[in-house]
Amino acid sequence: MDILYGWMMYGLSLLTVGGIYGIIVLGLNLQWGITGLFNIGIAGFFAVGAYSTAILTSPATENHVGGFELPVAIGLLGSMFFSGIMAFIIGKICLRLRGDYLAIATIGLAEILRLILKNEVWLTSGPRGIPGIPRPFEELGQPWAEIAFLLIVLTILFIIYLALQRAIHSPWGRVMRAIRENEKAAASTGKDVDGLRLEAFVIGSIFMGLGGALLSHSMKFVGPSASDPLVTTFLAWVMLTIGGSGNNKGAVIGAFIIWTVWSASELLSGVLSFKWMNQLSYFRVFLIGFILQIILQKKPEGIIPEKVYQHK
Amino acid sequence: MTELFTYYLFPGLILGSIYALGAIGVSLLFGILRFAHFAHGDLMTFGAYVAFSMVTLFNISPYMAIPASIVGGIGISILIDKVCYRPFRQSKTIVLVISSLGVSLMLRSIIQIFWGVDYEVYFSGIQPSIDVAEDFRIKIHHIWIMLGSFSLIFLTHLFLKNTKLGKAMRAMSDDSELALITGIHTERVITATWIIGGSLAAVAGIFLGIDTQLSPSMGWDQLLPLFAAAILGGIGRPYGAIAGAMIIGVAEELSSYPGFLGENAPLLSPAYKTGVAFFIMVVMLIFKPTGLFRGRQF
Repeated sequence: MDILYGWMMYGLSLLTVGGIYGIIVLGLNLQWGITGLFNIGIAGFFAVGAYSTAILTSPATENHVGGFELPVAIGLLGSMFFSGIMAFIIGKICLRLRGDYLAIATIGLAEILRLILKNEVWLTSGPRGIPGIPRPFEELGQPWAEIAFLLIVLTILFIIYLALQRAIHSPWGRVMRAIRENEKAAASTGKDVDGLRLEAFVIGSIFMGLGGALLSHSMKFVGPSASDPLVTTFLAWVMLTIGGSGNNKGAVIGAFIIWTVWSASELLSGVLSFKWMNQLSYFRVFLIGFILQIILQKKPEGIIPEKVYQHK
Repeated sequence: MTELFTYYLFPGLILGSIYALGAIGVSLLFGILRFAHFAHGDLMTFGAYVAFSMVTLFNISPYMAIPASIVGGIGISILIDKVCYRPFRQSKTIVLVISSLGVSLMLRSIIQIFWGVDYEVYFSGIQPSIDVAEDFRIKIHHIWIMLGSFSLIFLTHLFLKNTKLGKAMRAMSDDSELALITGIHTERVITATWIIGGSLAAVAGIFLGIDTQLSPSMGWDQLLPLFAAAILGGIGRPYGAIAGAMIIGVAEELSSYPGFLGENAPLLSPAYKTGVAFFIMVVMLIFKPTGLFRGRQF
């Protein structure tokens, strides 16, 4: 019975984090899949969200600013607000860059943000991180608290999915895809290309920030590793590529698949002896990179390719 | 004044010459293959660790390990190109960027698996230095790093200037369509680019390891200055990349010089040095994307 219970808790956490990544990848799909903005600074927006909610909701402390003990809902809204503001400022400056150059600029900003989180101890308590972040419905006790949190995540994921589905199939979504395919042509029909690119960038980044915030609440802790480009930026890109760029359903499915592979390899490391445990945790990075190569080369459109609507 | 020179200007030039070795490769690859190679920093790390193995196995100085490390750097570069970049020659360049991001992490994980995650050094103890003038000391390693970088840069210059392949490389990175009409063998030029880029990156890694220490993320952390140098000098302009690297290196070190404001406070905390490179790069991209030496813009 204990083993079964353990597996159930493992499954709950798998679905929760998978769902959180689903939200992030939906944001990335809006930016890259639909509008064609190459953002590899996901970790930056993710970390802003994660730290915003941590500072807003954690108990008061001497170690850093705040600990304002606000309700979780305020924390989530706050993290969306701050990541949105940051995306607006960054977008205003960097979105005039295209392709590779935008990629370099976004990853540069994310790296600088990583330095800030590590060095500005008054704000983030530095390498020690912020513990004691509350998780909603914790008073229900195991396993009901976990189930409740999973339901919250899945509800948010579902709402964002529906909203994006509608948005993408609206005239707004068609303009976004037009911008992705041919910016000049879109501009020639009188569309405000710069404004729309900024919209997609800000909305997508808000979802990334929300994802970071939800993960903070799920882990009840946030540290500088939140801004590690590996576990957020890279995983999100692999998830979107595998699921099918340009397709919301693919984005969510890709998120669950890759998160399962990622955390299942962690499970495997528990079986191995201590000596090999460390090695394995690096090997799984290699494994994910390898999967990405195979998908890029053999099935670049992903598991669920984008549907292209054509007038008959 | 000597303090400025000893602790800021001179180390800035050292850093700049290390950046230059990496930035030449980034610039040439960007010009010829038309994509930002995100795994270039990790090629540096790989070179540094190959040399580290030589140092620990045969108990030699890291300078003696340079040839082995160059061979390793060339080998891994060509292998990566064949397996991970060549299939995408006809694809959109953005696919290459994603692929190189993946390669960067795969390379780092290989390094972590084989060499571990701890900080390592080539030598322990205090690095010897000599007095050049009163109050002005130079570390002996810094002299070697500078001599080494400059001679490699000079060799690269001779190759680009005088050999047929070198000329073909410059032609392709200047204007690849025009170069193709003249019947240049594309794949041969690309392989040559990887040989140069891979070997310079390997040596850059060793020098960086001598100057500071080795860690699996040492190369990744240099990615911004490398790109900044390549963009500042103009994409596809190897000589521009050298100048850009020197400017970035000196600017990064000077940013923490306490003497400017006259109140012993640095302009910027040393922790944010990389921010200087990034700032220069973004300003350049926005106001003069072709760089100082009129490079290409894609």
